[in-house]
Amino acid sequence: MSSVRVLVGTKKGAFIMTSDGKREQWEVTGPHFAGWEVYHLKASPADPDRLYASQTSGWFGQVLQRSEDAGATWNAVGNQFEYEGEVGTHTWYDGSPHPYKFARVWHLEPSLSDPDTVFAGVEDAALFKTTDGGQSWRELPALRTHDSSSGWQPGAGGLCLHTILLNPEDAEQITIAISAAGVFKTEDGGKSWRPANKGLRSPQLPDEDVEVGHCVHHLASHPSRPGTLFMQKHWHVMRSDDAAESWQKISGNLPTDFGFVIDVHAHEPETLYVVPITSDSHHFVPDGKLRVYRSRTGGNEWEALTNGLPQKDCYVNVLRDAMAVDGLDSCGIYFGTSGGQVYASADAGDTWKPIVRDLPAVLSVEVQTLK
Amino acid sequence: MIRVRLPHNLTILASTGKEVQLEVSGTVTQRAVLDALEASYPALRGTIRDYDTGLRRPLLRFFACEEDISDDPPDAPLPGPVAAGTEPLLIVGAMAGG
Repeated sequence: MSSVRVLVGTKKGAFIMTSDGKREQWEVTGPHFAGWEVYHLKASPADPDRLYASQTSGWFGQVLQRSEDAGATWNAVGNQFEYEGEVGTHTWYDGSPHPYKFARVWHLEPSLSDPDTVFAGVEDAALFKTTDGGQSWRELPALRTHDSSSGWQPGAGGLCLHTILLNPEDAEQITIAISAAGVFKTEDGGKSWRPANKGLRSPQLPDEDVEVGHCVHHLASHPSRPGTLFMQKHWHVMRSDDAAESWQKISGNLPTDFGFVIDVHAHEPETLYVVPITSDSHHFVPDGKLRVYRSRTGGNEWEALTNGLPQKDCYVNVLRDAMAVDGLDSCGIYFGTSGGQVYASADAGDTWKPIVRDLPAVLSVEVQTLK
Repeated sequence: MIRVRLPHNLTILASTGKEVQLEVSGTVTQRAVLDALEASYPALRGTIRDYDTGLRRPLLRFFACEEDISDDPPDAPLPGPVAAGTEPLLIVGAMAGG
């Protein structure tokens, strides 16, 4: 019988939740790495028991962990992330030049085919890669040294590379997103990069349709349609049907189009999920109601999903990497909140139940579908 | 043997107890002790000293013999009782919220 494993990173450790295909009863283990911020955990698609975790701390810096047994035991692997060549500057909040300095790993994206190959998106923004299971990491420096990089400015969370999309049909094609620089894509495995932000508009910028400088919060795509991408930008929900060459706004009837997460149904490539957040000055859901919005039309037409979610006195946020979907026949949707709840829906969002209610603030949620 | 006391989170990371004992050859300095510590416990690399600068991470402090020696030069000899193994070198996480 199929089962699912939910990997949750929080401000004070990681948790692993497992259930059978019914997704009614859950076993929760953790905290793993208690007391540390765990920005992200993710499993290798090629070896489901191989997990990687980004463990970080303001006191002790970055640690990378690897498990060979689905999180029962962990071993620290390489944690040296050294920028290649001359380390230049980016632009600080006040407009002054600021030296690039590694702070932490935001996102780990294991290769689709090789358990030892993983990409890491880091702050200050750069892309690293390991081919030895995390023992050593090398930067793909053409991104950080792109002509535009001296002008990249951090978002409120830092200058972070937070999203890495690998094209399942072409290993040379990678699309990444940086807050607050925008989307970049490579078609040669990272040797060269170009911005992919045409159609984005950010009124808080002096030039609102500038090529680089947009605060893209998250990207998602369906594996069967790698040329169709969905984006939750700082404000605006967007889609691209030409592999990020151009973007169109699909916010439609959302109550607000500020937010962080966006994801796609496992079996319906035009069914999307977002969690609207009141605004960039109010990082909580509108009206005290936690509502996931679903579009079954690829955007523009959205319905609120509320069954089982708090609809009164709720003021949580849902961060950019804190939503995921499983691949069971009845698609499961999962998300975690700044209030420490992890909600699951086993029916594509129609009804929700909390797996846990009282974790530390949730930073990331990933799901594995196990046969 | 040189004695080093670690903050709780690093004892877990290194899978060791609160205090470790190290062989240090030559002059017993901060650098020599930390080199020996990292050689014995590779998981601690980068968690006490910044990889880029080789310097103490800003929210950690080094204490010995009731003195704060955090800002002493890394190649300065540590106090005699630390070198003799009668007192530990304390690596302490700064008290800061979060």
